[in-house]
Amino acid sequence: MFGLYDDEEILLKAVKEARDKHLDIDNVYSPFPIHGLDPLLGLSESRLHQAGFVYGAIGTLTAFLFMTWVFTRDWPIIFGGKPYWSVPAFIPITFELTVLFASIGMVVTFYAVNGQGPGVTNPVLDDRITDDKFCLSFDVTDSDEGVDSLKAFLKESGASEIRTKEI
Amino acid sequence: MSATVSPIREPLITGHKNYHQITEDICAPSERTPSLAWVLAFIVAASFLAFGVFCILWTIWFGIGTWNLNRTIGWGWDITNFVWWIGIGHAGTLISAILLLFRQKWRTGVNRAAEAMTIFAVICAALFPGIHVGRIWVVFYFFPYPNTRGPLWVNFNSPLLWDLFAISTYFTVSLLFWYTGLVPDFATLRDRASGLRKKFYNFLSFGWTGAAKHWQRFESLSLVLAGLATPLVLSVHTIVSFDFATSVIPGWHTTIFPPYFVAGAIFSGFAMVQTLMVMTRKVLKLEDYITIEHIDSMNKIILLTGSIVGVAYLTELFIAWYSGYIYEQFAFMNRVQGIYWWAYLGMMSCNVLSPQIFWSRKLRRNVTVTFVMSIFVNIGMWFERFVIIPTTLARDYLPSSWSYYVPTWVEVGIFLGTLGIFFTCYLIFTRIAPVVAIAEVKAILKSSGDQYAGKQTHQGLSHSQQTSVHEPH
Repeated sequence: MFGLYDDEEILLKAVKEARDKHLDIDNVYSPFPIHGLDPLLGLSESRLHQAGFVYGAIGTLTAFLFMTWVFTRDWPIIFGGKPYWSVPAFIPITFELTVLFASIGMVVTFYAVNGQGPGVTNPVLDDRITDDKFCLSFDVTDSDEGVDSLKAFLKESGASEIRTKEI
Repeated sequence: MSATVSPIREPLITGHKNYHQITEDICAPSERTPSLAWVLAFIVAASFLAFGVFCILWTIWFGIGTWNLNRTIGWGWDITNFVWWIGIGHAGTLISAILLLFRQKWRTGVNRAAEAMTIFAVICAALFPGIHVGRIWVVFYFFPYPNTRGPLWVNFNSPLLWDLFAISTYFTVSLLFWYTGLVPDFATLRDRASGLRKKFYNFLSFGWTGAAKHWQRFESLSLVLAGLATPLVLSVHTIVSFDFATSVIPGWHTTIFPPYFVAGAIFSGFAMVQTLMVMTRKVLKLEDYITIEHIDSMNKIILLTGSIVGVAYLTELFIAWYSGYIYEQFAFMNRVQGIYWWAYLGMMSCNVLSPQIFWSRKLRRNVTVTFVMSIFVNIGMWFERFVIIPTTLARDYLPSSWSYYVPTWVEVGIFLGTLGIFFTCYLIFTRIAPVVAIAEVKAILKSSGDQYAGKQTHQGLSHSQQTSVHEPH
């Protein structure tokens, strides 16, 4: 069951009330990110950037160690009278691969943990959630006794529409 | 993260929009049948593209001999065009990444189109190094892969190889950043569509639902990608300048090249953004989202970077004189007064003198002047690369090798072809994707919409509205 709100401020207020009443919010869907919502929902900070750091570090090591191996072990060649292990010349490629690994790794992780990807179809509660409606949803079953009180809550908190949908 | 709206900030969204109207306005261009102007533009662009493909095939079939390069002039229009295109791409990343880090709200109106421009410009740029090597069928030798020739590795100490890594990385990261931003907007289009169109956008939108946790990760990802793209974009043109600066050619072997190239890249990129935006906002009727305020902001950047480039030109001349090194002095006298004096004049007048008119607020906010100026800057920046490359090579150390380089029809054709690729891709983009980032514009509506922000309405703004506005991520 979900309520659709016309404005993110009404929704924020509703989420606050729901939290005070200890209602079990399933999810909030919105057409754009709402600031101040995450702490209300009890969402911890995303760890995506930490993953990004790890991917980047892997990129740094891959590039630097590979070039070191090539020019000192596998096929040492002198270029322009410089040492085999000419570290300053490795910096550009090391930097580029750091960025490349971090970016690709983060984007892939992002879609993987979101359960998204090319051709994936996730259930959409209402078509207008990507347009101008802000949705607060609750997970209920038919036999639930709290359905009516939830409905009343949604209505009271300013939802313009209250609907149920089976997923 | 509430932001206080400054009363002197101009609104960035005009026309008293609400969320639904924003969706309608921005989705509309991709939902109606293409206009006659679009069809005609597409035919012209596709014709240029076709001619470019013909010239590329001609080059591959008959070899690089079909170009007017010779023993001393190893780089001509090919690398000139390469540097020109890659520079144009830089504005997109600047808008999407650097302005995101600086929390400049006006970026939301233009970032999507500018990022698209980056991607298409990098495609055009990457074409030239690919074909100028001559034997394109062994072009994969560029990449360090385990091979049966030893394995013989590529030279990791060469700026040309750094360039390959820089541009591949730049293209990949720009594409990921752009597409990640597009996904929520594709979801908007998906939820408005039906039938085959819905299937198409369902595929593109990756199953986006707009859940709170997803938005949180989305913002985290955008911020880190912006943080990565910022040093990346600076590195890319720095490395492009290393192609020249690490050589021993007088006029190229200078330490000023990296910052000077980066400033020039941003300068030319913003000019191309202006060219596209002035047309796009008019044709797609997006004047409420890409406002005069946006055009004004971009013209300020053009003025700034144009002046930086001007200082760089004068510094080069001064340092050449001051060095007391006759070959360096000759190289620069040759640029100013030599056989290609007209290119130098074109560069100086288009890049340094003409942007100075933007000190005037009135001219900065004039759409026609902006459009004409953007074309001037595009031409001027092309001349800059031409001045650096063939002018220098045409007068090398050995006077018996001096020559005068003019391109063949094949070289000109490939350049026209890249313009065709660029505009064909851009036109297709305007049909498929929302040209303005819908979700981001909605997120700044309450801080930058004209019913909320600006001089006139600020007096009447209630306290609750002031404290509840949100910053874009």
